[in-house]
Amino acid sequence: METAPVAEGVSRRARPKYRALGDQLFQYITGATTLVVVGLFVLIVVILIQASEPTIRAFGLGFLWGQVWNPNPTTLSPLVFGALPAIYGTLLVAAIGMVLGVPLSLGIAMFLTELSPGLLRGPLSFTIELLAAIPSVVYGLWGRLILVPIMATTVEPFLGSTLGHVPVIAGAFAEPASGYNGYGYLTAGVILAIMVIPTISAITREAFLAVPREQREAALSLGATGWESTRLSVFPYARRGVLGAITLGLGRAVGETIAVVLVIGNTYAISGSLFAPGTTIAAYIANEFGEALTFEKAGLLELGLILLAVSLVINIVARLLVRRGGLRAVGSP
Amino acid sequence: MKFDRDFRRKLVNYAMSAAALACVLIAILPLGDILYTSVLNGAKVLSVPFFTQNGPIPCNPKFQSGCAFGGIGNSIQGTVLLILLSAAIAIPIGILCGIYLAEFGNNRFGDSARFLADVLTGVPSIVIAVVIFALFYLASQQGIISSNYVLSVLSASVALSLIMIPVVARTCEEALRAVPISTREAGLALGLPRYRVVSRVVLSTARSGVITGALLAVARAAGETAPLIILNAGNMFSFQPSQGLHQTTASLTYSIYEWIQSPYPNWQADAWGATLVLVILMLGISVGARLALRQRYGGPGH
Repeated sequence: METAPVAEGVSRRARPKYRALGDQLFQYITGATTLVVVGLFVLIVVILIQASEPTIRAFGLGFLWGQVWNPNPTTLSPLVFGALPAIYGTLLVAAIGMVLGVPLSLGIAMFLTELSPGLLRGPLSFTIELLAAIPSVVYGLWGRLILVPIMATTVEPFLGSTLGHVPVIAGAFAEPASGYNGYGYLTAGVILAIMVIPTISAITREAFLAVPREQREAALSLGATGWESTRLSVFPYARRGVLGAITLGLGRAVGETIAVVLVIGNTYAISGSLFAPGTTIAAYIANEFGEALTFEKAGLLELGLILLAVSLVINIVARLLVRRGGLRAVGSP
Repeated sequence: MKFDRDFRRKLVNYAMSAAALACVLIAILPLGDILYTSVLNGAKVLSVPFFTQNGPIPCNPKFQSGCAFGGIGNSIQGTVLLILLSAAIAIPIGILCGIYLAEFGNNRFGDSARFLADVLTGVPSIVIAVVIFALFYLASQQGIISSNYVLSVLSASVALSLIMIPVVARTCEEALRAVPISTREAGLALGLPRYRVVSRVVLSTARSGVITGALLAVARAAGETAPLIILNAGNMFSFQPSQGLHQTTASLTYSIYEWIQSPYPNWQADAWGATLVLVILMLGISVGARLALRQRYGGPGH
């Protein structure tokens, strides 16, 4: 008990009061800013729910599977908002983007970590990263003026005349009522595939790089070829990081607005054909918001709420996977 | 038999290597074509007046003669204004958050804030935009702000700053964490209080990393279009400083979005010109920032 006052005295002398106060203040200010930012983002969810309350009240859960969006009621067609065509389009376009984009990204990551000569590695991965620096409106412009004509004259007629006759999948490749005009789910999906490449390949590459060299060497020493060592020792080891990368890419695909709105044709309908025009949640909000009246704006905000919920779930899963995989992926889009 | 199997394995190996190489080439193709076409089409309209004049007025060369090409003067002005406003909000807040996360954030609150920031970088910008619309709209209904601000350069800047804050905070945190503990200890051993160690020693050591993060965030905001469609949908004239922040402004990205959808050939030509300027700007910032980051931290791939 005798030593206690002495220890206290010493600690006081070593840390003068004003200094402790400055440090405390510093910690409080930075901490309070962080708290305000965190609080602000919680507020976002609350505000979005509050602002879309009119349509949540009016249509309830039916909003989720309604197929009609009619802000201008007549005697024949009532005022009704249903989100299904937008949800369908969002999921379909994102799925096309992932089906095309994921294998490409994995191939790129594999080439950069396992195959590329050391000299090319830096410049190549740098070039791939530049894809992320191109603004989405530029992808939209390029898609609309360059890709859409190519899709309309070459890709869609070709796919339609070949895969369009294969049973089971024929419907997906059938010529839509509007003809092969290039605007539709497939074109939007192709653009998204390009746009998710930098995200997925960068994090996948990081996951591959995190695989210890001994893993590969063990496989090689057993006589495995380069591909076998990648398949047997790198892929399983990096599985979690790769899954996280894919999920992050999915999050990006689901929320992409401008590049999609410029090439998808903006038709509020559900079509089986991949060549048909449609819309996504993000694209529909961007297209309609400016001209919508107050009640329709509430409906569009409810669409935004759905998109927020979907992207939160996707991103939370992605970040957990990436983090468990021991990767950082700081500030990656 | 054995020979056959080995041959097949080798073949698969080569096929997979070739496929991986093909993936790289396929990915570079659109990048190359975007650069090529925007230089090809954009260079046609680049001239000094293109940078100074306001955007084109509706004019169809099929029926009218002497349609003015217009330019991106007011778009550049609007983009600069948006960037300055949003950076003024986001960078100080982001850096304060980054300092907290790096220096005091090794606790449960820090972990959740870090996680939230990461998750938020993935929230679509169109969602941020409609939330800010709803926030400003509800606030104007309550009489807190004038309804003029709901659709304005101010609300758009707030939306852009929300997009920037998590990026600035996390890159700042990483930059601060990269400063060795011994540097901090040296400062503390000299008797400096912690806040001075952080603000004078650690921050200045990590300066280039922090600046790079801020630059990347600025590039991200400058390339955004969705929040502008919702909140700051263009203006044919230039921003008038005397009239305050409740005006809407033109901006590079929104102008491209608007012009490309117009039926007028001269507008579309202008869209290519604006695209070329935007692409050069974005690649410049991005390349510069990434080179600086790599030089400093020797990131993966080097």
